[in-house]
Amino acid sequence: MPAPPTDGPRDDGRDVLVQPASEALLAPERDGPVVEGDLVAAAATDTHASTRALGLGAKLAMGWMGLMIVLAVFAPLLPVGDPEKTITLDPPCPKVQTLGRTLEVCEITGLGPFADDGTAPGYLLGGDGNGRSMLARLVYGTQSSLAVATGAVLFGMLIGGSLGLIAGYFGGRVDTILTGFFNVLLSIPAIILALALVAFLSQQSAKGGQASGLPRVVILILAIGVVAVPLLGRITRASALQWSQREFVLAAKAQGAKHARIMVREVLPNVLPAMFSIALLGIAVAIVAEGALAILGVGVQPPTASWGNIIAIDRSFLTSGSPHVVIEPAILIFLTVLSLNYLGDVVRARFDVREAGI
Amino acid sequence: MTDARFAAEYEGPLLEVSDVKTYFETDRGLVRSVDGVSFTLERGKTIGIVGESGCGKTVLSRSIMGLLPRRGLVRQGSIRFEGNELIHLTPKEMRAYWGSQLAMIFQDPMTSLNPVMKIGKQITESIREHLDVDKDFAYELAENLLRSVRIPEPARRLREYPHQLSGGMRQRVCIAVALAAGPKLLFADEPTTALDVTVQAQVLDLMAQQQSERFMAMVLITHDLGVVAGRADEIAVMYAGRIVEKAPTSVLFRDMKMPYTQALLSSIPKLADESHVRLATIPGRPPDLVNPPKGCKFAPRCAYVQDRCKEEEPPLTPSTSPGHEFRCWFPVGTPEGEAALERNKQKGLRATEALVAADTVET
Repeated sequence: MPAPPTDGPRDDGRDVLVQPASEALLAPERDGPVVEGDLVAAAATDTHASTRALGLGAKLAMGWMGLMIVLAVFAPLLPVGDPEKTITLDPPCPKVQTLGRTLEVCEITGLGPFADDGTAPGYLLGGDGNGRSMLARLVYGTQSSLAVATGAVLFGMLIGGSLGLIAGYFGGRVDTILTGFFNVLLSIPAIILALALVAFLSQQSAKGGQASGLPRVVILILAIGVVAVPLLGRITRASALQWSQREFVLAAKAQGAKHARIMVREVLPNVLPAMFSIALLGIAVAIVAEGALAILGVGVQPPTASWGNIIAIDRSFLTSGSPHVVIEPAILIFLTVLSLNYLGDVVRARFDVREAGI
Repeated sequence: MTDARFAAEYEGPLLEVSDVKTYFETDRGLVRSVDGVSFTLERGKTIGIVGESGCGKTVLSRSIMGLLPRRGLVRQGSIRFEGNELIHLTPKEMRAYWGSQLAMIFQDPMTSLNPVMKIGKQITESIREHLDVDKDFAYELAENLLRSVRIPEPARRLREYPHQLSGGMRQRVCIAVALAAGPKLLFADEPTTALDVTVQAQVLDLMAQQQSERFMAMVLITHDLGVVAGRADEIAVMYAGRIVEKAPTSVLFRDMKMPYTQALLSSIPKLADESHVRLATIPGRPPDLVNPPKGCKFAPRCAYVQDRCKEEEPPLTPSTSPGHEFRCWFPVGTPEGEAALERNKQKGLRATEALVAADTVET
């Protein structure tokens, strides 16, 4: 455990942070003949090292997420067409044999999906089962999928994060009660809980008087958000528990700071990197969860597109010659979830580096 | 902090600690970390509290400050600050004292500063908690504070994070934070233990200078008699949660009575020693605070130990010099003590041999 005196301040920092109690034992070895200037210089080098360039994977993941965000935010401005409009083909239109007569069909309604094989010129990713542009639907689907997932995680972070921070900071009975609450929520199968919440909230909001009640997107955010509460809460609690025992928290207390202030100003900023890293993974899980709910029929309500309900509506075409309606959104989900997971790891790694550099 | 309680000038001693006990309820039983400690501290004076790790120094200081976690905590006795009893106050009530009346510097400047908060913010938070000033003025005060703790380029340092500073600088920042609201009493819990030896003296000098400028009292806690030697007005040596010897500094070094104090002092290497001399140590470990020995707590490790020591605990008895008290049946430098040491030397007691070996080197 004792670090050799030749090690830089980086190792020292870690030792100190992990085991403040052993500080007295380590101190004589660590101090040695290091002058102050050296320490400052070494610390500066370390800071520099932690801002080193991102790896290729991280860049690709960030690029992909950037693209998805641009698609989601600027969907109405992009030249992708109307996601709800059934495609009309330009003449000469395909000939269709019906009742012994040959008809020229220029508007394709309910004719089934088609790939960009000439039957739908100009529609890069083909059409869906209702003859709507897949490209437009995917772009608008990005919007609702990301909105639901991000909203749900923000909700989970707000509620779960606050409860976790309180549990970790106060400890004792408060911690026991809140951890118990998280465990109860965790013991209910996530998808069943979300399903029940969607059903309950839809019913309640319909009763509320307004014709439509809460938009389905908001209901989904709340439902998936509640499922995310215990997960984010436990992570925050674990991190807050650790940081709350640091001496600077006691030092703040000894300076007369109030609990709320210590929690928000001293503990929270230290917990945020861990929360952010988990939030990225959480968004990935929430995107998949929205898809699962869509398959179960309680996702984003058609005709509004989401990645999940694009798959859900036309999943029967997967085996009947037009797999693109399922594969295209599946690829988007796959790459997005992969990027988010990767970025989550990158954030965590950077967070560790920074902590070691202190 | 303009509180009615602090407005009137109080004539008595700044801090009166009498028979303070601090126990922790654990699964193993009651841990008697501080077991009946009394001392008084006048304004502007320094008391040094010295002892090994685990003898209750830190618990004592945190108990006086009211900073201990309350679960399983038992506190008894009386802590009077400017005549006001503190021991029954809730943390909420203590907040009126924290920072503005009582402040504390911790051992490790690496962990007592928030790693993700800029230095300026850490100091101004403390200032603005206690003084009704706007942000810009608080920053001005913070800059002056940093200058007064001799940090070069204070304006730049305010915008830096703790990891950009060296250990000594960080401890100075901690001192600045503690001094921000002008406390009357400063607890310094091993303030230099985590620092480079060359920086130790600077930081101690700085604290002494600030103390005299502000007419602030200080409780200086350390395991190193050398640290308090030139800096404390009075020294209390603690062992197993009790004060075993207490005296004005000059008296203590001239005329120590307690074998533990002697053992602590002889375990400091001296410049006059030859090189490669084995360091004098105190054999054994501090006693278990759940089941402390029956008689004198130091008896199992003492060079002077006699049968009586193992049965009866010596009371705190006054010595010939004023203000000097100790707990020992066979004090150092008295005929009884010498006789006891001689008897133990014949018996070949390990502790005695260690002490005698140290003495031989000294002479």
